[in-house]
Amino acid sequence: MDAEAAKLIGAGIAAIGMGGAGIGVGIIFGNFLQGALRNPSEAPKQFGNLIFGFAVTEALGIFSLLIALLLLFVF
Amino acid sequence: MSNDPIHQFHINPIVPLEVAGADASLTNASLFMVAGVGLTAAFFYWAMKPAALVPGRAQVVAETGYNFIHGMVRDAAGDEGVKRFFPFVFTLFLWIFAANMLGMFPLFFTPTSQIVVTATMALMVFLTVIVVGLAKNGLKFFKLFVPSGVPIYILPFVVLIEIISFFSRPLSHAVRLWANILAGHLVLKVFAGFVPMMAAAGAVGIIGSLLPLTMTVALYALEFLVAFLQAYVFALLTCIYLNDALHPGHH
Repeated sequence: MDAEAAKLIGAGIAAIGMGGAGIGVGIIFGNFLQGALRNPSEAPKQFGNLIFGFAVTEALGIFSLLIALLLLFVF
Repeated sequence: MSNDPIHQFHINPIVPLEVAGADASLTNASLFMVAGVGLTAAFFYWAMKPAALVPGRAQVVAETGYNFIHGMVRDAAGDEGVKRFFPFVFTLFLWIFAANMLGMFPLFFTPTSQIVVTATMALMVFLTVIVVGLAKNGLKFFKLFVPSGVPIYILPFVVLIEIISFFSRPLSHAVRLWANILAGHLVLKVFAGFVPMMAAAGAVGIIGSLLPLTMTVALYALEFLVAFLQAYVFALLTCIYLNDALHPGHH
């Protein structure tokens, strides 16, 4: 196989990982909203936890996007 | 090639300088790092100079930022954390925030898009945790790796996992900030590259190029959010890690 083609396929495969991060971020915000609507007065106190969970999950998606971009532009 | 998305991360020396065989040139990276420090310090000096009882606009901004981080450190690391580490965390937050925001200007360099910068800060936090944890708690610091209430037959595996997760902290801490900023700027550049690419395709293309243009503007707004959020997250994680140094075995 052509090296250029392998590179593009690899970048595409690496980008699949972002789907997992999408699911994770969706679960975090969905569950936060559910909890926040059940008990709105406590919701602002959990903002830090929400952002923390979001950042930790989103970072994994960013890692796979980074691998894809590095494959595309650096190699 | 101006359309190359990687081009914006190239480090170019501005004032070449060599100290004892090591390259110590003033580069565009170090220039914007110094600019981040200078702008932050100048803003806080200027805003807090009146120190009025009824604050002006700039003083409100400075005090809000101070209170925001103060509250975050107190929530995550307790009053002892505030006493010991608040200046450190506040400095980290302000500098990362300033560096990220400077990077949002077109043609400006983003210091936090270099792994060496974020890795240095993450290692600084990591070593602080180890040194402070051992100095304050002695051997009790190792309780961090032994969670209480775990059945004895799976304890070795849990300890192993705790040790691995402890040592992978600086890696994920550094890569999170770096990768977010790097990927964000790359995506902006790639989307911006679609605009001339489409516009070159004639009259239909010029109308069609409005689509990536709108997308670029929207992504730019998102990047401002990310610039703040990543600075906040870096500071928050620093607090959580420092809390482990102060109170091992409390998680």
